[in-house]
Amino acid sequence: MERRYALGNEGIAHACLEAGMDFASGYPGTPSSEVIDILRTEARGDCYIEWSVNEKVALENALGAAWCGLRALCTMKHVGLNVAADPLMTSAYTGVTGGLVVLSADDPFAHSSQNEQDSRRYAQFARIPCLDPTGVQDAHDLLLDAFALSEEFGLPVLFRPTTRICHSKGDITFGEIATEHRTGSFIRNPAQYVVIPSHTRVLHKELNKKQQPLAEALVKKGYNTGSIRGRRAVIAGGIAASYLQEVLSEDISLLVIRGYPIDEEWLGRFVQQHEEVLVVEELAPVIEEVVRQVAGCIRVHGKKDGCSPYEGEFSPALVADILVRAGFLDQTPFPTVTPEQNLPPRPAILCAGCMHRATFFAMKKVFPDGIFPSDIGCYTLGLQIGAVDTTICMGASITIASGIAHSGEKRPVVCTIGDSTFLHTGVQGLINAVYNGADMIVVILDNRITAMTGHQPNPNTGVTATGTLVPPLSLEALARACGARFVETIDPYDLIGMIRTFEEAKGRSGVRVIIARQVCVIIEKRAKVKRGSYTILSDRCTGCRACIRFGCPAIEFEDEKAVINELCSGCGVCTTICPVGAIARGGRR
Amino acid sequence: MKESFDIIIAGIGGQGTILASNIIGEACIIEERTVRGAETHGMAQRGGSVECQVRIDGQHGPLIVPGEADLLIAFDLLEALRYSHFLREGEVAVVNDHLVPPTSVFLQNLLMPTPGEILEMLRARGFRVSLIDAAAIATEAGSVLAQNVVILGAASHHLPLAVDSLALAVERLVPAKTVAINQKAFLLGRDLAGGC
Repeated sequence: MERRYALGNEGIAHACLEAGMDFASGYPGTPSSEVIDILRTEARGDCYIEWSVNEKVALENALGAAWCGLRALCTMKHVGLNVAADPLMTSAYTGVTGGLVVLSADDPFAHSSQNEQDSRRYAQFARIPCLDPTGVQDAHDLLLDAFALSEEFGLPVLFRPTTRICHSKGDITFGEIATEHRTGSFIRNPAQYVVIPSHTRVLHKELNKKQQPLAEALVKKGYNTGSIRGRRAVIAGGIAASYLQEVLSEDISLLVIRGYPIDEEWLGRFVQQHEEVLVVEELAPVIEEVVRQVAGCIRVHGKKDGCSPYEGEFSPALVADILVRAGFLDQTPFPTVTPEQNLPPRPAILCAGCMHRATFFAMKKVFPDGIFPSDIGCYTLGLQIGAVDTTICMGASITIASGIAHSGEKRPVVCTIGDSTFLHTGVQGLINAVYNGADMIVVILDNRITAMTGHQPNPNTGVTATGTLVPPLSLEALARACGARFVETIDPYDLIGMIRTFEEAKGRSGVRVIIARQVCVIIEKRAKVKRGSYTILSDRCTGCRACIRFGCPAIEFEDEKAVINELCSGCGVCTTICPVGAIARGGRR
Repeated sequence: MKESFDIIIAGIGGQGTILASNIIGEACIIEERTVRGAETHGMAQRGGSVECQVRIDGQHGPLIVPGEADLLIAFDLLEALRYSHFLREGEVAVVNDHLVPPTSVFLQNLLMPTPGEILEMLRARGFRVSLIDAAAIATEAGSVLAQNVVILGAASHHLPLAVDSLALAVERLVPAKTVAINQKAFLLGRDLAGGC
């Protein structure tokens, strides 16, 4: 037993090790990424860990391992579960032998996501159990049980933490790490593993039979608990249950849901002992819908009567407001304050020396009237400099681009996609665009790593999750194999060469692929690569602001002249942009 | 009445806000107290505005209610102002006397308040401001990178934690090679702010 001030994701990862997890796979995605990142440094013994190329691939790998009797974990963010939905839905039918836990981290408020979908809906849809922790210690404790629950019912378990669990901290009590691991053994059983229609009809019936015993077990195990304290009750789930503890008065009953499916009979008995109930949960009304089904003539408050929002993130103050709206609290105990208005914003921006900024600059210079579909990664920040026109989901820049190119739109279509995103689900779009004769340019922004989520390796990096060196994939060979005839690789720091390559591509037709390759500047900094910095020759600077418009955080503007600050990484791109030659290495002319 | 002592730590990605919050969290572990915290991840490293929340003796959620924080620690003047609504009126703000202009100021030609104006606005909100020249003290301690620990040292007077627990937490959490520098930074920061 050890007590540590730890991140929720650290608690989750440690619980996996305590439970004797044998196999882990995943694709990085905020707020889930640290789980595999911690496992790959802390796992001991004969335990297999991989970063997969996408979530579908990750889940199928973990499922294969669980079919061989291993305890397997598969991690992703909520939108990754859409990619993995195909194997997820049918894995409920086939079931598992070893415990399979699918961690899908939700992101209420979309802190770093494209939507606010609720993974609990997937568990309901697939008819598999879902565990929904209320805090960081709870996340550790529930995950510790999740593998055994999966084995008991032979079903994958969906584990659903949210951003405020994954990325919040607390004093977490850890147990001992298991040292024994299982060795996989596949036992042939076509009736279970080959889902031809005659098999799957039987499997579906078996899945449905598991539902009521499962719902009852979640109550028996103490995951779903209620205590009667008065004539009114609040029913809560997830982190909202923790916020509630800070504001709920002691004469109001409380029922906390940490596991799904909910036992309707049990819930009905609790609700019927009250005059009025309020449901408090983030995102979708998953609990509320069940409560309304069992409530009969008992009055129910929640999202459907406007007391609680369907979107965004909850907080103690918001939960207090919900209680007030439902009449469960006279007035909020919290003060009303307003943030200081009209301060200059400080959003995340591309780093000084980032290869993406230089690539976008050349792209926009050659294609001033271009349409720029893009994708998900650090480079989505190119939005701030007008280089990103669309972003919808992983891998969609090439496919949206070919759709636009085939639509009759006359302007040139130039799409950008990172190396990891290209290998995730982008490559299929390239195969399709070449096959169907789209007229467009694909720019692969190749910094050799999955940068935005914390620099996880991918097949392009040449190293696996656990540090084994492997031959890096060749994007050039892959693009040519997809049928692209124009495939050129450029160094984004060579602005003139890059503009020339874009011009050349502009003169051709069909699908043209440009691979812009440079090491991520953060990786370079960590490797202590020093390029020397640049300075402005202030006697030459005319204050034209051309370098300021480039948007590099290393360039400031003071007293009508540009100034280079200590963030300069020495990429030298701004020396080409300056029309009067006023930027020089180390101040030398 | 809330049970926790709530601290909001504001800064810019890369300034070491998470390390500062970890030191406070570790000190709570040393004193066998409960603690909760929330932090900005993901794109934080990319120079954006970041905030960490720490709740000493916290037992439930990690989030501090705006207007209820007991202490504000800020590594940048503008970020101090941006998160100042979290602090309860009359409480202390320990602020680095340093202002990094956001790139938006240059790109969009936005107006930025001067350091003097920012201090005035903080005081107008009813806060007692303790201004720290962290860069100078960190340099004196041996590395300009130790500014976060200098500010933490200055803030230690206002934390309900023993100075020994904080010093031990610093020792445990900073990179092994920089322990001596950071210990010095912590003590110099603490000495400097002794009077406030």
